[in-house]
Amino acid sequence: MINKINLTGRCLFDLDDYSPAEIETIFETTKVMKKIIQRDYKKVPTLNGKTVCTLFFEDSTRTRISFELAAKRLSADVISFAKKGSSLKKGETLQDTIYTLDAMGIDLYIIRHESPGAPALVNRYTGKPVLNAGDGPHAHPTQALLDMFSIWEKKDSLKGLKIVIVGDILHSRVVRSNLIGMKKMGAKVIVCGPRTLMPPKVDDVYGVIPEYDLNKAVQNADVIMALRMQLERQEQGLFPSLGEYSKYYGLNNRVMKYAKNDVLIMHPGPMNRGVEILPEVADSEHSIIIAQVTNGVAVRMALLFLILGGKIGREVK
Amino acid sequence: MMKLLKNGKVYLLDRKKFVKSDVLISGKIIKKIAENISEKSAEEYDCTGLHIFPGFVDMHCHLRDPGFTSKEDIESGSLSAAKGGFTSVCCMPNTKPAIDNISTINYVSRKARDVGKTKIFVIGAMSKGIEGKEIANIGSMVKGGVVAISDDGNCIQDTNLTLNVMRYASTFNIPIIVHPEDYSLSGKGQVNYGFMSTKLGLEGIPSLSEEMIVSREIMLAEVTNSHVHLAHLSTKRAVKMVRRAKADGINVTAEVTPHHLILTEKACDGLDTNTKMKPPLRTEEDRQALIEGLLDGTIDAVATDHAPHLDYEKELEFPKAPFGIIGFESAFPVIYTKLIKTGVMNLEQLIEKMVINPAKIINKDLGKIQEGAKADLNAIDLNESFIFTKDEILSKSKNSPFIGEKFFGKIKMTICDGKFTWKE
Ligand SMILES: [Zn+2]
Repeated sequence: MINKINLTGRCLFDLDDYSPAEIETIFETTKVMKKIIQRDYKKVPTLNGKTVCTLFFEDSTRTRISFELAAKRLSADVISFAKKGSSLKKGETLQDTIYTLDAMGIDLYIIRHESPGAPALVNRYTGKPVLNAGDGPHAHPTQALLDMFSIWEKKDSLKGLKIVIVGDILHSRVVRSNLIGMKKMGAKVIVCGPRTLMPPKVDDVYGVIPEYDLNKAVQNADVIMALRMQLERQEQGLFPSLGEYSKYYGLNNRVMKYAKNDVLIMHPGPMNRGVEILPEVADSEHSIIIAQVTNGVAVRMALLFLILGGKIGREVK
Repeated sequence: MMKLLKNGKVYLLDRKKFVKSDVLISGKIIKKIAENISEKSAEEYDCTGLHIFPGFVDMHCHLRDPGFTSKEDIESGSLSAAKGGFTSVCCMPNTKPAIDNISTINYVSRKARDVGKTKIFVIGAMSKGIEGKEIANIGSMVKGGVVAISDDGNCIQDTNLTLNVMRYASTFNIPIIVHPEDYSLSGKGQVNYGFMSTKLGLEGIPSLSEEMIVSREIMLAEVTNSHVHLAHLSTKRAVKMVRRAKADGINVTAEVTPHHLILTEKACDGLDTNTKMKPPLRTEEDRQALIEGLLDGTIDAVATDHAPHLDYEKELEFPKAPFGIIGFESAFPVIYTKLIKTGVMNLEQLIEKMVINPAKIINKDLGKIQEGAKADLNAIDLNESFIFTKDEILSKSKNSPFIGEKFFGKIKMTICDGKFTWKE
């Protein structure tokens, strides 16, 4: 029985208040959801009559579509709010916006916002469950869950795995949630990147080891995750050029030799091919980058299902 | 009518300790201090069990008047200060218009006199409009009565301008108060650069941002022979630099806030915007260094940096909320509970940091409990505990991280110029 842990009504701000057993429950449920979306008819009536609202104060088409698709496949009604063209520009506060929406009878919010902590504010204003779809550089727990699920699916467990995350550790919300989640599930995590892109005290905060030499970092790695490098950081003077970055921190075949033979290669997308990852690696049999995207929809279905109190067995199977 | 405070433990300046005495106040003046005064024509106040302190002097606060009076004004600020046991406060010039001219100085002084709840000393701007471009009319402002000059939160980044302000100000023998912050390093930072900025995914304000300017100002003070007062120190290295500068005979003084002495960056976990301030709350190591600096005389004064902001401004996403917290009404109870009751410092040291030294830095004859001196004092029940609640705050703003906490040291009355300005 996979649904023994009850997550009904919970929020997901970040992974720190989810136990390993709860995360396992999410993974088990994701597996079921994945079966649904691999069928010809990809929809179940589980969340019929529930209304989910996506609030995207920051553009992220990929994440928004993934969430909306997840909700629709469970037959929930979806309302989407985007900052563009809204009255927020005219000085309406987050609080006012939420109060207005909440008056329309929403059961769950999904929010992407540039400020850390914004999802908790939405929960405080409404009392409804809130899923964090990215709050500034703070957290992006559903992305971390899909990354972790993608590993779990292939390796059965994260326990004892050596996972290397390479790139802009400082500005990545994906990294923070992943570090919390992966450590929680028993993995050994190494973060790698230039010193200018490494957050201070990363070892104290997450219990992970920073390494500045990629060749060393990937030795005997089970998983390597490359992060998208933004040109903006070059303009901020944090690294000199994409060429130099790629030379020292890009994933190529030479680097791959140090890793384990069955290493998994991951990337949260969208990729800069030729910068943080070379096509020879991105398209190799080690890459599970495409599976990550599919798993994203499945993980989000699992979360909506568990939090909105869907019952497994009756409707789903 | 004369006032007779009976049976309090009074801090006697000449003996530098608390002695059980009566205090007779006539008009604005302390007429007599002795055991067992009887004076039929005086109104008696039983102060048994109370400690009578010289009125506290806050050398760094924001009264938001003129310009931002919905946050605070001179009246509400004065009441809040009086409730906190303060009889003198110095207000920073970042108002609208900025206090860089005689008419604004006069406006503040006149309004302070009309309200009559606390002595308000004005700090004038260093640069015109606190814009960091041109030297303000420092001479005229000194004539108008300012006790110091500062651009506070708008720390002048241009070293040459700062040098000239110091050279110019030294002609008028006036302290220059600097909020040390290098903006190229603090940038869009929200909390201390380190553990918390990483954990919360917020941009960090490195210690270096403060230390760069502290070190610059020490050098400038040395070459210009001027008195530089460094506001609200927050880092270990800044304390070390001030200690060394003092040993070298450079004319620098420094202050620290109660919150930097008590809280660390850990308080920011949970993203309560009432922990958002500049400089940010730092590490335990920094906090210990601040305490050490306070005790060994490196840091001269405790100042509140009372910075009122309204609920709706603070109840925003963390990066959008303004920096700063209020401080008048919590300053004494916080320090008494967390540092004195715990044996870190004693009451006499507190008087030095909250009365004697700040008065000395602004060159004012304040805070002396002795016959013939101005009657500026307060009476505190050190054993009475209370919960610091929003409802009881007299400031217009309630932005304090201490709300809901239990403190000892209840201020029962404050007397300024012989008049009750606060009485429970
Ligand atoms: Zn300041």
